Amino acid sequence: MIPCIAMSIFSEVPQAPPVAVFKLTADFREDSHPQKVNLGVGAYRTDDSQPWVLPVVKKVERLIVEDSSLNHEYLPILGLPEFRSAASKVALGEDSAAIKDNRVGGVQALGGTGALRIGAEFLRRWYNGVNNTATPVYVSAPTWENHNAVFADAGFKDIRPYHYWDAAKRGLDLSGFLDDLEKAPEHSIFVLHACAHNPTGTDPSQDEWKKIAEIMKRRNLFVFFDSAYQGFASGSLEKDAWAIRFFVSEGFELLVAQSFSKNFGLYNERVGNLTVVARDNENLTRILSQMEKIVRTTWSNPPSQGARIVGKTLNCPELFAEWKDNVKTMADRVLLMRDQLKAKLQALGTPGTWDHITQQIGMFSFTGLNPKQVEFMIKEKHVYLMASGRINMCGLTTKNIDYVAQSIHEAVTKVQ
Amino acid sequence: SYSSLPCLNEEGQTFVLPLVGKLKKQISADPTLCPEYPSSLGLAEFTKRATEFALGKNSLALMENRVFGIQTIGCTGAVRLGAELLKHWYNTRAAWCGPVYLSSPCDGNIFEAAGIQDIHYYFYWDAKQRDVCVEKLLADLEQAPEQSVVVLSASAHCPTGADLSEQHWALIIQLMMRRRLFPFILLPVQGLCCGDLQRDAWPVQHCASQGMELLCAQSFSHCFGLYGDGVGNLLCVLKQSSLLSAVQSQADRLVRALWARPSVGGARVVATVLSNPEEVKHIVERCMLIRERLRERLRLLGSPGCWDHLIKQRGLYCCTGLNGQQVEFLSKRRHVYLLPNGCLNVSAINSSNLDYIAESIHLALTSAL
Repeated sequence: MIPCIAMSIFSEVPQAPPVAVFKLTADFREDSHPQKVNLGVGAYRTDDSQPWVLPVVKKVERLIVEDSSLNHEYLPILGLPEFRSAASKVALGEDSAAIKDNRVGGVQALGGTGALRIGAEFLRRWYNGVNNTATPVYVSAPTWENHNAVFADAGFKDIRPYHYWDAAKRGLDLSGFLDDLEKAPEHSIFVLHACAHNPTGTDPSQDEWKKIAEIMKRRNLFVFFDSAYQGFASGSLEKDAWAIRFFVSEGFELLVAQSFSKNFGLYNERVGNLTVVARDNENLTRILSQMEKIVRTTWSNPPSQGARIVGKTLNCPELFAEWKDNVKTMADRVLLMRDQLKAKLQALGTPGTWDHITQQIGMFSFTGLNPKQVEFMIKEKHVYLMASGRINMCGLTTKNIDYVAQSIHEAVTKVQ
Repeated sequence: SYSSLPCLNEEGQTFVLPLVGKLKKQISADPTLCPEYPSSLGLAEFTKRATEFALGKNSLALMENRVFGIQTIGCTGAVRLGAELLKHWYNTRAAWCGPVYLSSPCDGNIFEAAGIQDIHYYFYWDAKQRDVCVEKLLADLEQAPEQSVVVLSASAHCPTGADLSEQHWALIIQLMMRRRLFPFILLPVQGLCCGDLQRDAWPVQHCASQGMELLCAQSFSHCFGLYGDGVGNLLCVLKQSSLLSAVQSQADRLVRALWARPSVGGARVVATVLSNPEEVKHIVERCMLIRERLRERLRLLGSPGCWDHLIKQRGLYCCTGLNGQQVEFLSKRRHVYLLPNGCLNVSAINSSNLDYIAESIHLALTSAL
């Protein structure tokens, strides 16, 4: 054996920083305090703090496993056809004119992340010129931290924040947002959260969306929706898709990265869909052909299990109704926790206003706690939340809500 | 692409190992299995088994903790992740963008997609000789600049199906060490070619035993009939264990912007099968029995040629040696589907279809085509 003495080609590689939200969960796991609470990672939990397999999913999984006529062949590159069309329909609506015009297509992807990445790769290659890596991409301040990484790795060199969260008034910084839209270079890409903004839980109202759309249309800005919580936010699929449907009705060509991880509880099956709304069928066909090439060099064939479950559910009226019911169960529990947390903080006389807790929507709430107060919560009270003050409402239960409210009260009164 | 046609049985359905079907039912009924987000690196049990499968349990590199494996979306996902890792981190002092050497014919699309522009092709398939031309291959690699990445197929070369012998490999690896070339080995169908699960992995094991660093893209879709579940593994062997954490953390970061995390279903099945040496042994033994019976049937039918290679090879698959026309005959006229290179899935044969398949092969050999 001849020993190879030369240096490793990887000897200069630095350690990547850990992902904050996963580190938080790891720390939580190691904590032995009996009253510890995890308000970090974004997954649904029941009132017993357990993950929840949706009853409709259990039912459909059994149907699939017992169906011996199903084979295990590779899915087409763009994914399971009945899943793609049903997924796009759930976003755009039963009576979508765009779908009737045959100018809507879907690309099955590995969760919401996969959909974002395929969309980003497509835009980098074919939008605003060919291979124009200089097109500015705007993401909200703050946003889901992976947005930056996805667009950067897709090749975009200029990723910028747009004003979104107003910390002082604990709400949407609409004027800052609109101002950024007016000043952005034409053809810039804007990543918009369709509903249940992550991490702030603050969504524009319908009137505010109208203002946003007006400027985007006038200034030729590109709309890229991230839709990870449809149905989960308000309990209504239609309500949570209002912004997407409005923009489509205004004639925008746009992309929607859909995730079914949360609203189907299918976190480990990686079910996502990139919906493409094009000007006409001819454009759509060409766009999808390029999407196919991109998918072929990323994962080639998407996994089938999750898409089968979602496809079957969405395409069968009975199962679809059952699913909507399951989704409402989750959304209702979150709304209940919001109500109760606000009520308890008000009852405790905790300084400040807490209306934002019930005004915000979806899984997350930006409490407004500052980093020092967050540190207090974690170290002294063993209540784990993100340094930004973001909490996952699903981490609250009837069993721990008093303790959490009390902890917040102490954090606000003892720590400045 | 790095995937080829699935093996089908006479009903035109892809073969699902009965064991795989049983495992899927068990997994779906198991209440302790949690539907939560898996790690971005994939199912730990799977990557451990997959990595051992390629390197061999007694690999020094494994024992010295210089190896990591990341579950990917099929072989394509593994190659893409490997390409991204190289693009971002190969030789960090310089901004690296190649060169990468691929065999001709083959396509470099995945590397291009990862942003690597400098792609070259080394000579591989000699159309006239209808074989690999190792002399020309070595000559081309001799010209490659030091630190080039060279992509090689450990088995089932796509698209020619023509593979390198062990002697060829030894020569190539020796050259690569001398010229400081970095191996990126494709292992998409371990057990497919030569029918020997271990033989296919030999090039990987040899590189590792020579102290080389390497990347290896594995896929288990074919071996286990799991086409719908695209289970792959990107294996990385490093020179020092001190680098493991940093390099893995960067690969992890890249995964999170590609697909965030892989799906687990297929990985569970593969991990269970691989961790169950009795099951694997049982599968291999059953295949041996089928091979003997198939050879016997062909003898009784009076099929021309010598069929000893059926029992000399081992594992799930065997290379029949049938040519393209014969393979086409089998698929079009008899609905017996082989891979274009004449390999068939032995484990798809059972007592109810053995006679039909043997007859079909006999007809393919004896009909005027």
